[in-house]
Amino acid sequence: MTDATLGAAAPRQALTAADARLKKRHAAERRFKAQGIAAIIVALVFLVVLVGRIVSQGYTTFEAHTLTVPVYLNPDRIDTSDLSGVNYDYIVAEAVMKKLNVQDDDLGTISTKVQDLVSRDFGFQILNKLKADPKLIGQTIELHGPLKADADLYFKGEIKRETAEGDRKLDNQQLDWLDKLEKTGAIKSGFNFAFFTSSDSTEPEQAGVLGAVVGSAMMLIITALIAVPVGVLAATYLEEFAPKNRWTDIIEVNINNLAAVPSIVYGLLGLALFINWLNVPRSSPLVGGLVLALMALPTVIIATRSALKAVPPSIREAALGVGASKTQTVFHHVLPLAMPGVMTGAILSLAHALGETAPLLMIGMVSFVPGVPEGFTGAATVLPVQVFIWENASERAFHERTAAAIIVLLVFMIVMNAAAVILRRRFERRW
Amino acid sequence: MTPILNPNASPLLRGHAMTVQSPDDTAHTPVIHTTVPHAHAAAAVGEAKIKARDVKVFYGEKQALFDVNIDIPGKSVTAFIGPSGCGKSTFLRCINRMNDTIPSARVEGSILIDGADVNAKSVDPVVLRSRVGMVFQKPNPFPKTIFENVAYGPRIHGLAHRKDELEAIVESSLKKAGLWNEVADRLHQPGTGLSGGQQQRLVIARAIAVSPEVILMDEPCSALDPIATAKIEELIDELRTQFCIVIVTHSMAQAARVSQRTAFFHLGKLVETGPTEEMFTNPRDSRTQDYITGRFG
Repeated sequence: MTDATLGAAAPRQALTAADARLKKRHAAERRFKAQGIAAIIVALVFLVVLVGRIVSQGYTTFEAHTLTVPVYLNPDRIDTSDLSGVNYDYIVAEAVMKKLNVQDDDLGTISTKVQDLVSRDFGFQILNKLKADPKLIGQTIELHGPLKADADLYFKGEIKRETAEGDRKLDNQQLDWLDKLEKTGAIKSGFNFAFFTSSDSTEPEQAGVLGAVVGSAMMLIITALIAVPVGVLAATYLEEFAPKNRWTDIIEVNINNLAAVPSIVYGLLGLALFINWLNVPRSSPLVGGLVLALMALPTVIIATRSALKAVPPSIREAALGVGASKTQTVFHHVLPLAMPGVMTGAILSLAHALGETAPLLMIGMVSFVPGVPEGFTGAATVLPVQVFIWENASERAFHERTAAAIIVLLVFMIVMNAAAVILRRRFERRW
Repeated sequence: MTPILNPNASPLLRGHAMTVQSPDDTAHTPVIHTTVPHAHAAAAVGEAKIKARDVKVFYGEKQALFDVNIDIPGKSVTAFIGPSGCGKSTFLRCINRMNDTIPSARVEGSILIDGADVNAKSVDPVVLRSRVGMVFQKPNPFPKTIFENVAYGPRIHGLAHRKDELEAIVESSLKKAGLWNEVADRLHQPGTGLSGGQQQRLVIARAIAVSPEVILMDEPCSALDPIATAKIEELIDELRTQFCIVIVTHSMAQAARVSQRTAFFHLGKLVETGPTEEMFTNPRDSRTQDYITGRFG
C-alpha cells in the first residue's frame, strides 16, 4: 500500500473538479437544511398562533372596570332583625340612580336595568359592613366594586354601540348611563385582582382562578408524593437489583405499555378503585392526585431507568472496588448521579399530570366549586377542569376568562419547568 | 506540574523485553506444555499470599479460564501479561469477586488468600473487597471532591470515628499515592478536575485508604501518557513494600519494569509463571517466547 500503487490504481481528480457527484451531495445537504428550517418555521408558526390567540382572547380579563359610588343606607329599607334578607341590590341601584339623576318607575324597570350594570358584589359588601357595624344604618358610605361583566365588556370594546340594539345584552339607555358614569369619573379601569383572589362564581365578574390554582397545587402535591418515591424506587430496583429474567422482562414491557394507556382509562380505574371500593371522597384533591399518580408512575419509572442506565459503569465498579455494598453503591453514587435526569423526568410527568382533564372528569371533579378546597378531602376543582367548565358557559365574559385561565395554567407549567431546570443545574453543580 | 521522566527511576529491567534474544525453540521439551503449571509455581514461591487452584471461569456457556493454578507472593508485584481476551483480567477480577456483578459469570476452583477461600459462602464480597482493593483501566474517581473520594472507603467501613482520624487517613493515603503535594491545597475541589495521571493516583489513594492487603490493578496505565505512566510505575514500586500487588498489563516493558514475578496467559490458560527476569530472558514455553518477542498478540 504505497502512494505509487494507489495513484496507479485510481488516478485522483483535481481537488477543484466540479464533479457531478459532489454537486449532488451539496444539493442534498442544502435541501436537508432547507427542510429542517421549514419544519422549525412551521412549528414556530403553530406555537405563535396558539399562544397569540390565547393571549389576545384572555389578556382583557386582567383589566377590570370598577365603580365608586356613595350609598345611602336607608333605614326604611333595612330590616335590622334580618340583615341577610335585605334587598341590598336595590339599595345599590338607588345609589347609582341618584348618581345618574334618574327615577325608578312603578314597575321597577329602571332599577332592574341599573342592577344589570353593577355587580352583586356591592350588596355583599354592604351586608358584611353592616354585620360588622350595624350603626352604619342611616349613613352614606363610599363603596368601590366591579361593574357587571357586560358593562365591563362595553368599556373593553367587546360590546359595541354599532351592534343592533336587539343583538346586544345592554340597550342604548344602559350604554348612555355607563357613558355618563364614566364622565363623572366614577368608573375606573384597573388590574383585575379579583380574578386571582376569588374562586369560581356564577357571576363572571366575580369568578376567579384561586380555587382552581389551589386545587391544582394540592392535587400535584399528592401526585408528587406518591408517583416520585414509588416510581424512583421501582425503577431503581428494576434497574439495579432485579435479576434479568422473563418476569422482569414482562414487567418492563407492561410498564412501557402503561405509559401509552389513554388517560381516561386511568379515570375509570380511579373511579372503580378509589371511589367505589376504597370510598375516597369524590371530587377531592386526594382522589385526583391518586389517579394522576397512577398515570404519572410509568413515565417516572421509564425516565428514572434511563437516567440510571446513563450512569457510567465505571462508577459502579469504583464503588464496589472499595468495598461498598450493592445498596451503598446505588444510593451513594449511582442514584445521586442520576438525580438530574430523575428530576427532569419527574417534573415533566407532573407537568403533564397538571394539564390532564379527562381522568378527572371521571372522578367527579367537573363540578361547580365556589371556593378554595377545604383540605385534601374537600371538593375541589383544578385549572384544566376550570377551563373546561368556563368554556361551556354561555356568558360571553366567561370566554375571556377561559383564555385567561389557560394563561394561568401555562404560567404554572412554565414555573414548574423552570423549577426543573434550576433543580437540575443545582444537582449538577454539586459535582 | 509533572516532573520530567527519569529513565533511571525504576530499578527494574526498563525496556528489557525489547532486547530479549530468541532462545532456541528446540530447547523446550513437550514436558513444559503438559505439566501442571502450579507444580513449579508453588516451588518458586516461598510464602504465597494468594493461591489459586484449578480456577475455571465461564461466561454463560463459554469458558473463559481453564484450570488456572498460580501462587502470588505477598509484598511484591506480580504482572499478568498476554494478548487481549486471554483471560488475565478475568482472573484478576476473580480475586476480589468483581465477577459476581456479571450475572452470567460462574467461577469454579478455589482462590485462597492467606488460606481462606474467597468464594466460600461465609465470605462477604464487601469485606473481601475492603481487603483486596482494585484500580481500573480508566481512572474512575467519584464525581465528588478529592477528600470525599479518599474518605469514602474508610467512612463506609467505619475505619475512622472522628473527623481528625478521617483527615489523617486521607492525608496519609494521598501521601502514599504521591499525590499529597499536588492536591493538599485543593482537597475540596472535584476529583474529576485532576489530570488523568493524577486521577489514577487519586484512585490508588482511594484503594489504599481502606488499608487493603492486596491491590489489583487492571491495566492502570493504558489511558495515561508516558510521563504519568512513569509516575504510576514509580508509585507501584514504592507500594510493593507494603502490599501484594497484582497488575495486568499489555506492555511487556512495563511488566519487566515493575514486577518481580510474571504470569503469561494465553487463550484462557496460564501458560507460564516465574520470576520476571527469568521469564523475559529465558522463557520455558515457546508461546511465551513468541509473545514477548512480539511474534503474536
